[in-house]
Amino acid sequence: MSQIHVTTTINGDATEFLCEPEETLLDVLRDRLGLTGSKEGCGTGDCGACSVTVDGRLVCSCLMLGAEAQGARVETIEGMADGDDLHPLQQTFLDHAGLQCGICTPGILVAAKSLLERNPAPSEEEVRYWLAGNLCRCTGYDKIVRAVMAAADDMRRAS
Amino acid sequence: MRYEAPDSIEGAVGLLARTPGACHVLAGGTDLLVRLRSETLEPETILDIKRIPGMHEITPEDGGWRIGAAVSGAQINEHDGLCADWPGVAEAVGLIGSTQIQGRATLAGNLCNASPAADSVPAMVAAGALARIAGPDGTRDVPVAEVPTGPGKTSLDTGEFIASIFLPARPERSGDAYLRFIPRTEMDIAVVGCAVSLTLDADSTVDSARVALGAVGPTVVEVETAAEALVGTQVREGAQQQLATVCSAAARPIDDKRGTEHFRTHVAGVLARRAAAIAYARAKGDRA
Repeated sequence: MSQIHVTTTINGDATEFLCEPEETLLDVLRDRLGLTGSKEGCGTGDCGACSVTVDGRLVCSCLMLGAEAQGARVETIEGMADGDDLHPLQQTFLDHAGLQCGICTPGILVAAKSLLERNPAPSEEEVRYWLAGNLCRCTGYDKIVRAVMAAADDMRRAS
Repeated sequence: MRYEAPDSIEGAVGLLARTPGACHVLAGGTDLLVRLRSETLEPETILDIKRIPGMHEITPEDGGWRIGAAVSGAQINEHDGLCADWPGVAEAVGLIGSTQIQGRATLAGNLCNASPAADSVPAMVAAGALARIAGPDGTRDVPVAEVPTGPGKTSLDTGEFIASIFLPARPERSGDAYLRFIPRTEMDIAVVGCAVSLTLDADSTVDSARVALGAVGPTVVEVETAAEALVGTQVREGAQQQLATVCSAAARPIDDKRGTEHFRTHVAGVLARRAAAIAYARAKGDRA
């Protein structure tokens, strides 16, 4: 079966890839493009470890075919830091120990960034609802939520 | 497997007609990709309808709203005009899954997946929504309630797909609401769902109503006796009690790990009266 040629933009870079029809965007990111920051937790859209944004919309990359990314603008965890400068969310996750094993962390950072772009001053409840699709089996979520709230504060002060 | 992404409805219908083997339509993919992965579906072709113009759009039409088959739950809940007209439909679709799922999941997909517990379906039925079905003979509009025929089954013929959902013009002094019971605060499947849409006359008496239940039968249940219980009332205690009684009587749930038959039957009535109270307050213009 012939592969599909897809032209897309990933973290601001024009990117082309070939993929099989059944390959998910997550498969393509990890196995074809070497962008292994997005994790496969469940593969069924329940855990959020594969979260990316597509045309500015937060999605599970495991629930999207690679072929569907044609013409789309994809942002992954690899595009979050600016060179060696961490994004404020990445810094507050370190400061607040918002991670332990780290598997859920890229997805949570991408999801939290998407929230703060829409809502720079979320309430704790808003953070918890927004991140309800990102499962963490280590932290109990409190540190994650505090880290997101702290990053929101930092970003508001900086702007 | 092949992947096809036609750029017109005619192209999609043509592919559906002439593609050998199983062909499945892809909109948001939040159900389809899970089934592909679990290999409960092994289609020869995936037909992605998202490159067809209009599929991502919410457009005003005859005072109502036409919602393309690929419009996501997030898009619906960001649309002020649609949310003002049909808050019950918006809140029902907004209850489905996480933020990530909301970024992709669609009304048309929720309908075609044909789960008895689909949240948006009772809300669409109560709203009097129409599904526009495209097929080899052109398009036809059918009431949403006529699409699901059983768990996982629809009345769509081979070669047909849903191109859009139409929510009609909302009459003056009307409101709708959807409530569901789940054992958690979110991210779960409805144990029971109930949608109520009603229109009042000038003295705040219910003039017409539609009530639909989810997850208490093999398909969505429109409860005509519930509409009768509301019409001519101001949704006070007596009317609410009668509404609860007839909704519980109309429920034909199964017993399973998420809820017993007895519990679901009771909750159908409880949710109906609560949803009716919210819909009534919205119809009167109270903020709810």
